[in-house]
Amino acid sequence: MAEKMFGKALKRVEDPRFITGTGNYTDDIAVHGMVHAAMVRSPYPHAKIKSIDSSAALALPGVIAILTGKDLVGAGINPIPTGWLLPDLKISAHHAIQPEEVNHVGDIVAAIIAETRAIAEDAVALVDVDYDVLESVSLGSTALAAGAVQVHPEAPGNLAFDWTIGDAAATDAEFAKADKIVKLELRNHRLVPNAIEPRASLAEYKRAGDEYTLHTTSQNPHIHRVMIGAFVMGIPEHKLRIVSPDVGGGFGSKIFQYPEEVIVLFAAKKVNRPVKWTARRSESFVSDAHGRDHETVAEAAVMNDGTLLALRVNTIANLGAYLTTFAPAVPTYLYGTLLNGTYKWKAIHAHVRGVYTNTVGVDAYRGAGRPEATYVVERIVSTVARELGMDPVDIRRKNFIQPSEFPYQTPVALQYDSGNYEPAMDMALEKLGYKALRAKQAEMRKQGKYIGIGVCTYLEACGLAPSALVGSLGAQAGQWESALVRVAATGVVEVLTGSHSHGQGHETAFAQVVADELQVPVEHVVLVHGDTARLPHGWGSYGSRSAPVGLSAITMACRKITDKAKKIAAHLLEASVEDMEHVDGKYQVKGVPERSKSFFEVALMAHLAHNYPADLEPGLEATHFYDPKNFVYPFGTHLAVVEVDADTGRTKLIRYVCVDDCGPIVNPLIVEGQVHGGVAQGMGQALLENTVYDASGQLVSGSYLEYTMPRADDMVQLEIGHTVTPSPHNPLGLKGIGEAGTIASTAAVANAVIDALEPFGVRHMDMPFTSEKVWQVIHASQLAQAADD
Amino acid sequence: MYTAEFDYKKVSSVADALAALKAHPDAKLLAGGHSLIPTMKLRLASPSALIDVSSIPGLKGIRLEGDVIVIGAMTTHRDIEHSSLLKDKCPILPEQAALIGDPMVRNKGTIGGSLAHADPAADYPASMLALGAKMKIESSSGARVVTADDFFVGMFQTAVAEGEMLTEIHIPANTKSSAYEKFAHPASRYAIVGVAVVKHADGTTRAALTGAGASAVRLPKLEAGSISSLVSAADLLSDNFASAEYRAHLVDVMAKKALARV
Ligand SMILES: Cc1cc2nc3c(=O)[nH]c(=O)nc-3n(C[C@H](O)[C@H](O)[C@H](O)COP(=O)(O)OP(=O)(O)OC[C@H]3O[C@@H](n4cnc5c(N)ncnc54)[C@H](O)[C@@H]3O)c2cc1C
Repeated sequence: MAEKMFGKALKRVEDPRFITGTGNYTDDIAVHGMVHAAMVRSPYPHAKIKSIDSSAALALPGVIAILTGKDLVGAGINPIPTGWLLPDLKISAHHAIQPEEVNHVGDIVAAIIAETRAIAEDAVALVDVDYDVLESVSLGSTALAAGAVQVHPEAPGNLAFDWTIGDAAATDAEFAKADKIVKLELRNHRLVPNAIEPRASLAEYKRAGDEYTLHTTSQNPHIHRVMIGAFVMGIPEHKLRIVSPDVGGGFGSKIFQYPEEVIVLFAAKKVNRPVKWTARRSESFVSDAHGRDHETVAEAAVMNDGTLLALRVNTIANLGAYLTTFAPAVPTYLYGTLLNGTYKWKAIHAHVRGVYTNTVGVDAYRGAGRPEATYVVERIVSTVARELGMDPVDIRRKNFIQPSEFPYQTPVALQYDSGNYEPAMDMALEKLGYKALRAKQAEMRKQGKYIGIGVCTYLEACGLAPSALVGSLGAQAGQWESALVRVAATGVVEVLTGSHSHGQGHETAFAQVVADELQVPVEHVVLVHGDTARLPHGWGSYGSRSAPVGLSAITMACRKITDKAKKIAAHLLEASVEDMEHVDGKYQVKGVPERSKSFFEVALMAHLAHNYPADLEPGLEATHFYDPKNFVYPFGTHLAVVEVDADTGRTKLIRYVCVDDCGPIVNPLIVEGQVHGGVAQGMGQALLENTVYDASGQLVSGSYLEYTMPRADDMVQLEIGHTVTPSPHNPLGLKGIGEAGTIASTAAVANAVIDALEPFGVRHMDMPFTSEKVWQVIHASQLAQAADD
Repeated sequence: MYTAEFDYKKVSSVADALAALKAHPDAKLLAGGHSLIPTMKLRLASPSALIDVSSIPGLKGIRLEGDVIVIGAMTTHRDIEHSSLLKDKCPILPEQAALIGDPMVRNKGTIGGSLAHADPAADYPASMLALGAKMKIESSSGARVVTADDFFVGMFQTAVAEGEMLTEIHIPANTKSSAYEKFAHPASRYAIVGVAVVKHADGTTRAALTGAGASAVRLPKLEAGSISSLVSAADLLSDNFASAEYRAHLVDVMAKKALARV
């Protein structure tokens, strides 16, 4: 029996090329005659463009062309659309190059095309843009306030949408019954995604055939093709090929269709040369869509025994200057629907207002809506526990949805199909030694040492589906996934997937599943992704959908191959198909190993079709389009332990336990890697990362001198565990793990910090818990104490 | 971003470097490049030429001359970190060097480049003041020596004038004990506050502060035995990460930690 690959911790086959610098990233690609683009970006958050004088720049030897917004509009290039339409959504035109007005620092006003990148960058400084600087606004609540600066005329009061979910009357009724109402004001601050590979695009245009090819850093090349082809540039889909080669991280930021992609395509035709643009890191800060940025007031109605009754949430979501591809969905359907968490709330009502400001657009960032929801729910549940004098573990245990209660209809639309929350929590508590650590914490406090333990029992919904449902909610995209499994005459297997790997290790994990399904050596399986010219239409990777949706499509396609292979083998063996079995990599007559055909023999005959069933098509390939019946619902418990130095306020993570339930695990090494990265990012938000716009609308944290990315020494060795509750509705029971770490860890770490600061009377404070902020509250409490004594 | 275009000239003697400086008044000396190149990439500096002094043979190395330690200006942070002479006679420098940047920065960056750059958040300036170091500055008209107290003039400003270069650092080999305590910015890992305390063989204690203000300064109150309110917030920098009030508090905390170790 061939060794089962499912569940094996295979090392990633993609790693040798990434580690040895032989990957093929967009910026690595150079083509004959290639020229370079550099962007002239607005230094102002809000201004009218009075005039642009590019004569000095054009005079620089090596400068080929300078494009402005008027050139693009004049050539019939449309604004970039958003991909999710809410009712009454107020949309303002998002031009690739602004023709009249800039709306955030970094907005593009002109593009230089030059022989070399150095010349293009020299020319940027020579373009003289005359601006009429306008007042600006960067905070969501300020933008909503009466008399605020108006960002776009299309959105009066800067309100892009006003959205609610849940039953307001039922929620009010529960609040009327409550023993206690606990209120929290929470700011989920803005983050910059910071993929290690900056965005890059290379456009080629062929006059013969009027065809375009765009190599670009995309998580979903087909979405780019639809948006650019059908909406922005009017290029028929068969004349626009999008290739997304190796991509160095996305975290959501490479889902979206960006201005620079349109600019290089337009320029490639105009100057009739291939055009490349690669972001500088400082450009990434002001042009990659940002994440989070919520201001929320949350209230929980509870009983004195710890029963959670109802939740009322009011959120202002800062969307930035333009609606990027999925911006309207993230603070609504990916947030409001997740506010139930793992608990039995009787009613929930959420009100979300999406607001325009003069900042970079805000869209999906690892977790997309679910970290925001988890933060609200897990912070308020821990606060309720504190105020009722309960242990944060006990309140959760008391309110968990029980295994017997699935499928469970929440008050906010989702129907959870499965879950089993207590075993995961108990495993995490056991690993941490929770009781003993609580005792130690009390002991340490007496010695002036402050540790805190944070609990987060999260749930998330990923693998957004089914298509009909998300379509009814406003998605302008399907949420199924495609797979084409193609067996060559020699028996090697090419798997074309609509999922996209930008660091997730699909080439390894997907091959493991195919190897098992087809019973072929894993080395005989090769994955193809990221090229619209080679793949069936697919929707790419985001929202932890690749395993539950993409791999399900592959599994189903493999099963079609196996069914067909059985027919071919049965014919060759002169047996009936019903008598065939697929064992040990062979197709054999049940129980008669000597009457069998190898995979190779079957594949060869499928191609030769010399001795072949009359009613069967030759060839051995199968396509499957898989549309899931529901989301999948991973869950788990994360426990963070932090230590606060009361002298300086410096706060460090010292232990981290996580038990996740992502269903059956294809490759434990890859799953652990996803958890590590996710936890680091979520911990980074809680303790380190901060995106700061100053009063004048400048992004003052726009470099790594200021913006604190987590580093190895900020992390601890994670103590990882798993429980396995399969999804009941997909062929392998797979759920997602790509975002779970980020979804859980921000709340876990925040709860730990607030727990550590309890002796100083801290009930809540906003992230990130940078040292001065923490020291200030400690210092204030010490001063108050001193005044009392 | 790319730097603006510039000429590049590598020199192998101080005389050649000074001659080149004279010929190109708009040029800059290039040592390890780890402060200069980033500023050029951001186009905060666009010198017409770089005169690479990093491999001038006489400017690299650490030696003992009588009771003075002589460090060539082009000695890298890494060589300082691993010098057994310094570990023995002036341990505060290896201690600091180990806290600078990452291995790449330490392999290229030099003590002379760091001192001449005088970044307010750099580490060495504090120890230079606490050690009572002297800087040898050369120009076509000869050499002069200035004390550390006179060397750090202000933010990114030193006693090195146009047409001059820093060639050597002279440190009395009289450390009895020393300590450096750094509170680093979590992103840049430069000093928000760095306090150096050196007890000298003659019984004196010198202490100095870097990071908190526009340039490194002595801490006279600490030297006089005080351990709190060592500096006034009014004299300190303030930014997003750390206000002047917080920095002033950190000075006391770091000073206490350093004192506990000397
Ligand atoms: C990622 C990173 C992290 C860092 N972290 C720290 C840190 O934690 N602490 C710290 O102290 N520093 C830090 N640095 C700065 C580092 O120490 C630099 O190497 C140092 O500041 C400059 O030295 P250099 O040899 O690289 O000089 P260069 O960058 O080559 O030159 C700096 C300046 O000095 C001038 N100059 C150079 N040599 C001479 C000379 N002989 N005479 C006169 N002028 C001269 C140059 O013209 C230039 O203006 C960091 C740098 C980086 C890139």
